[in-house]
Amino acid sequence: MFKDITLGQFFPGDSVVHKMDPRVKLVLTVLFIIMLFSAKNVYGLLVGIAFTAISYLLSRIPFSMILKSMKPIIPIVAFTAVLNIFFIRTGKMLWHIGFIKIYDEGINTAVFMVTRIICLIVGSSLLTYTTSPIDLTDAIERLLSPLKKIGAPVHELAMMMTIALRFIPTLIEETDKIMNAQKARGSELDTGTFREKVRGMVPIFIPLFVSSFRRAEELAVAMECRCYHGGEGRTRMKQLSAAPRDLFACIYLAVFWAGTIAMNLFFK
Amino acid sequence: MQVFLNADNVRFSYLSDDEPPVKNEVLKGVSLSVRKGEFVAVLGHNGSGKSTLAKCFNAINLPESGTVTVNGMDTADESRLLDIRKSAGMVFQNPDNQIVATIVEEDVAFALENLGVEPAEIRRRVDESLKLVDMYDYRMHAPHKLSGGQKQRVAIAGILAMDPECILLDEPTAMLDPRGRAEVMSTIKMLNKTKGTTIVLITHYMEEAAQADRVVVIDDGEVLLDGTPKEIFSQVETMKNLGLDVPQVTELVWRLRKDGYDLPADIITEDECVNALSKLLGGKGDAL
Repeated sequence: MFKDITLGQFFPGDSVVHKMDPRVKLVLTVLFIIMLFSAKNVYGLLVGIAFTAISYLLSRIPFSMILKSMKPIIPIVAFTAVLNIFFIRTGKMLWHIGFIKIYDEGINTAVFMVTRIICLIVGSSLLTYTTSPIDLTDAIERLLSPLKKIGAPVHELAMMMTIALRFIPTLIEETDKIMNAQKARGSELDTGTFREKVRGMVPIFIPLFVSSFRRAEELAVAMECRCYHGGEGRTRMKQLSAAPRDLFACIYLAVFWAGTIAMNLFFK
Repeated sequence: MQVFLNADNVRFSYLSDDEPPVKNEVLKGVSLSVRKGEFVAVLGHNGSGKSTLAKCFNAINLPESGTVTVNGMDTADESRLLDIRKSAGMVFQNPDNQIVATIVEEDVAFALENLGVEPAEIRRRVDESLKLVDMYDYRMHAPHKLSGGQKQRVAIAGILAMDPECILLDEPTAMLDPRGRAEVMSTIKMLNKTKGTTIVLITHYMEEAAQADRVVVIDDGEVLLDGTPKEIFSQVETMKNLGLDVPQVTELVWRLRKDGYDLPADIITEDECVNALSKLLGGKGDAL
């Protein structure tokens, strides 16, 4: 049942966006989010949408992936829309049926908010589509490395993330095995009330936890055997280096940011 | 030849989790030395202390009394810790629990990154190690998608990258299928022959031990037998009393000898067995 899980949502490829320095991509994504929030009207958002659309074209990510990234946010989008439509009570009243009153500003705000959320998720998904989890971890470690000076455990966190990523498939496989073993002993995992289903998970999670601790112990010894002694004096095989394309990407975002500001000024 | 690993009267015990803790002595005065370039197989049933001893040679376990030296360095000397681990690398039973990274080549690079080697040099040594274990074509793969034998070869490459003079392998084939076992064994033998790497192989498979230069039998925390595979396996009854097996062909010949057939007692490989049997049956020696 877990076989079709994809790790993160990395979509391998060799486009310009894929080849970008992950650090630059990460920073630009954060800036993109700020840009979206600085847009004060729909026209400003249109600039953000244009930015997202062009980036997707450059990355050659199939359109179906965009729809896939939107799936989990449908409830949030729907909730935001409903909340704004029904509860904003300023501007001109358009309809009213009994106590339900809908105003034009409610509709406007709903459209604005929904567009912003969709643009936000679709746009930032591009980062995880075009960057492997390991590159992303690497980028986070390097970007945060100045914080090491004030004693933040940056290397440790990055190492934990790497190990977690490494062990997710292994533990999923193990969960599958344990579930089959328990089913073979007659435990019914898919039937019964909610309470019974939850109780049915106990004999799956306990062995899983026990074996995870054993794995952790063995891994720790194996890491020590390979001379692991923390982040001090550690080098990396892969060196990240910013290329001209990373500079272009920065300029590209700057242009759109200027566009957003212009829209804010022109359409008050 | 020069002694590479040396254990002198080593004692080691684990404390149990009970209250008060019960001391469980695992090594009861083990003395063993391994020369440079030797291929030693260590046999012993579960709980005999063989894994504990291997971990002593890697400074994971420090002996309670007695000394362990690796290439002349005392494992108790903390300032030489990395040098010791670099010259005596260790491969474990479960390949899943010793691979750290999500990409094969990143994992092989792990030890070198820890040692602070220059990136270009890491690249060179990672490629070299992967080629040596014949996993270069898989360098960009995710470890969890490899077979058991392939994973174990990646783990060996991760150790090889440190360019150790000695590799300790703690039942590296126990979780593998026959094909994976053959892959790992041929890799180990190749390293021993071509690179002159000292090999200490802990195993449960007698056929694997028969391929070593020397076999050491450990029982209840002590070295009981030590000799060439032929010397050890010809003592079929002693081995059986220890709860250990001998290679299938040795057992076959032993039983035939007991029934009065005239066969040499020191047969440990299939080829030897075939030759001896066909000679006995009046054939030409290699008739099969």
